[in-house]
Amino acid sequence: MNDFYVGQELPSKTFVVNRARLIHYADASGDQNPIHQDEAFAKSVGLENVIAHGMFTMGLAGQYVSHIAGDNSLVREFSARFVKPLVIPADVNVELVVMATVTDIDSESVRLEINARSGELKVLGMAKAVLAKPGSQI
Amino acid sequence: MLNPDLVGRTFLGATSRVISDAAIKNFADSLGYGAYAEGDAAPPTFGITITLEESQSLLQGSGLDWNRVVHGDQRFTIISPLRAGMSVTCNCTIESARTVAGNEIVTVRSDLISQSQTILSSWSTLVFRG
Repeated sequence: MNDFYVGQELPSKTFVVNRARLIHYADASGDQNPIHQDEAFAKSVGLENVIAHGMFTMGLAGQYVSHIAGDNSLVREFSARFVKPLVIPADVNVELVVMATVTDIDSESVRLEINARSGELKVLGMAKAVLAKPGSQI
Repeated sequence: MLNPDLVGRTFLGATSRVISDAAIKNFADSLGYGAYAEGDAAPPTFGITITLEESQSLLQGSGLDWNRVVHGDQRFTIISPLRAGMSVTCNCTIESARTVAGNEIVTVRSDLISQSQTILSSWSTLVFRG
């Protein structure tokens, strides 16, 4: 993190999202809302199809941020707006591409702006993270 | 519609829970983290496994329909990373509630407390579709 500079575009990472991963996340997170698993239910409440949990897409972005930080314990702030739902049809692997830009650096921390897209679809908006530099007191 | 008297009120979590290695490992696995070693800090979004459940129980108890909820935005401030073995309670505050185009938009702040210290704060904006 000490080599980062403001304006730096960090390498992107591509995640695969499918129904099996949503079920695993539902079990791991406790969020069993059927709109994330049951196509008939999702359609019955006016959705196009099953959608990924917003917190699953944010969680994948969190994994990316953790990797940049080098350790989960260095992520101090993390925020995002769920702009568009990520639709997950049956038997399809949908790609989510996450990347980040360094927006500010001070003696204790590094700030990132995060971009998460699936094709042309912007999934997360206003996504930001603050990482503590290793050894800092924050 | 949410009773406006609830806005600004804090509901103190009655029960404490101990974070387990298995819960962190399963959460990390579901997000594709590599090897999780016992005692590692939890992923930055792990707090949601506690705060969303507490928010759900508070808001459902206040008459909102959880089947109509969509997550609008989410923010975490992590003062001390969550780790296995920590015993935490969760206090929820309904910070705001407003109705826009027939949807009820509620922001809940949840503070995770361990050994009398706030270790994580979460703000969830939840949209209850009208």
